[in-house]
Amino acid sequence: MFSYYLNLALRSLKRNVVLTMLMIAAIGVGIGASMTTLTIFRAMAADPIPNKSRQLFAVQIDNWGPSKSGVQTPDDKLQQQVSYTDAMGLMNAHAALRQTVMYSTGFALSPPNPNLRPFQVPARATYMDFFPMFEVPFRFGTPWTREDDEGRAPVAVISRELNDKVFGGANSVGKTLNLDKHDYRVVGVLDRWQPVPKFYDLNNNQYGEIEQAFIPFTRAIENQMTTWGNNNCSRDAVAPGWEGHLHSECVWFQFWAELPTAADAERYRYVLNNYAAEQQRLGRFHWAAHTRLRDVREWLADQHVVTDEARILVLVSFSFLLVCLLNAMGLMLAKIMGRAGDIGVRRALGANRRAIFGQCLIEAGVIGFAGGLVGLALTAAGLLGLRALLSEQTTRLTHLGFWEVGITVGTAVIATTLAGLYPTWRAAHIQPAWQLKAQ
Amino acid sequence: MLKMTHLSKAYRTEVVETFALRDFSIHVREGEFVAVTGPSGSGKTTFLTIAGLLEEFSGGEYQLDGANVRGLNDNQRSKLRNEKIGFIFQAFNLIADLNVQDNIDVPLRYRGFNGAERRRRIQEALGRVGLSARSRHYPAELSGGQQQRVAIARALAGSPRLLLADEPTGNLDTQMARGVMDLLEELHRDGATIVMVTHDPELAVRAQREVHIVDGQVVDMAPQPRLVEAAQAGS
Repeated sequence: MFSYYLNLALRSLKRNVVLTMLMIAAIGVGIGASMTTLTIFRAMAADPIPNKSRQLFAVQIDNWGPSKSGVQTPDDKLQQQVSYTDAMGLMNAHAALRQTVMYSTGFALSPPNPNLRPFQVPARATYMDFFPMFEVPFRFGTPWTREDDEGRAPVAVISRELNDKVFGGANSVGKTLNLDKHDYRVVGVLDRWQPVPKFYDLNNNQYGEIEQAFIPFTRAIENQMTTWGNNNCSRDAVAPGWEGHLHSECVWFQFWAELPTAADAERYRYVLNNYAAEQQRLGRFHWAAHTRLRDVREWLADQHVVTDEARILVLVSFSFLLVCLLNAMGLMLAKIMGRAGDIGVRRALGANRRAIFGQCLIEAGVIGFAGGLVGLALTAAGLLGLRALLSEQTTRLTHLGFWEVGITVGTAVIATTLAGLYPTWRAAHIQPAWQLKAQ
Repeated sequence: MLKMTHLSKAYRTEVVETFALRDFSIHVREGEFVAVTGPSGSGKTTFLTIAGLLEEFSGGEYQLDGANVRGLNDNQRSKLRNEKIGFIFQAFNLIADLNVQDNIDVPLRYRGFNGAERRRRIQEALGRVGLSARSRHYPAELSGGQQQRVAIARALAGSPRLLLADEPTGNLDTQMARGVMDLLEELHRDGATIVMVTHDPELAVRAQREVHIVDGQVVDMAPQPRLVEAAQAGS
């Protein structure tokens, strides 16, 4: 009977085109608005590295102490980044399977092709563990070696985009890049990789593009490459010069550890607290150890990557969808009651209530499907509009993939079918005798 | 075939209780053609809707083809209605956006017949009412008489045991009405049991027996003189 009901539903849609279009439009607009916001919300709230998000931990250490009250509480907000002193202290502890300290920096790149003018390249100074830790895919070559880290080697891993731009997409491993008038040997070229959000460094641009070049942290420090990211300093005095800044309490490094098991994480917490306690004993910290170890999901939640405004927007848009569905429900009720005579005839000819219920519910589903297609088009238009209106970083949030298409049409069908329950129930309870007497 | 005993139907509001049928008894035997007559508001249509299991009754007994219908649930009533009863309405009640064959197909779908069986029955029913050539036409493309014949074909397609006709010629001109009545008589001669509600005495006399209802009660169940004479002449 499904195909029969489907056929009847399609005929019914054609019967009163204006009413049908109004219903589909109401659902389409509601779905379009809600799915546009939901698509962006989902991208913001997505797990950027689902395979390992429970194994990668951001490290925080309180090296500034209690701010005003003088009493440290567990809820006191910790700095997002760590100081060079703490970063090096933890790196030397070697307490994780993999670990890396890193910071955002950059160069002026002088291309080997004389036709290209020098341009600025955002870069990341990090350790070789960065690449396996964050599952960074390689198109050519490999990460640099541990020896390169220790030897402050002038090596670089470059992004696919930079490789395309400078080397025309060819395998550039072994070639030389001139960065800030220093030659770096290319050891690897990344494949497409864009974690959304860029969880490993949420400063400045959470949804920005990844860096175009990666070089050993040790090399960047030796070359006194300044940060292109955030640099926050406490009220303590900072000694002049690079060394003074490096050994100050300024925080400008991100520190990540890979801890595969819960036991590893627990052990690392112990090490972290011991490190902070030792700093207290040494007289550097005048407060009890205050540290945090957060996995990727906890980290994103703590850093409010999904803003309250985004949550409210989703709530508002779904409220709008509800209003649209109520409208559609009213129209559906009007349409079904307009066919009460036909329903009475069907009942007289042997349809039971369940048959009428099924027929009307499938009709609601068909309207929902059509509304879903309209909603899909409006969602696509909405996302395109957002791309045009907002900064380019939102482009990564406005991707309409199979999942989004499925959930848009699915939501429309389910929501409309649910909205159609009441009109359908009314249809199933039409008294055939009254309808036939009225005729 | 159809037996109602001391049946009543009351419509209740908070203040008043109105009886549409009261102590209503009727017995229609298999193969009979019975005309139910009476003035407007006498309860003719209520009788027909109860007989057609479209409405429940308040008291008494009703047996359809030997089955007591009291207490049947919606599914059972719908199934019984679909299998045993064919309806012919005054306003034809064809579904406007279905063509002739799809209209006739409606009760067959609910019966659960397969496609081939449905097609066979549709063709047979259309042939019976002389509208085989109009199977793809929509109701709006047919005359009133043709629409009523489609409605009769729809009622016949499921091979019901009982045909219930509510003022079947009420919306037709004289010529078309005659054609429809000829068809009903032909169906009766072929063995159909027909109960026809009408307020038209000229139509009523064409039935085998007339049941007259006044104020929800049967007041006269006399055989039609013409038919009695015909029967006597035949014997």
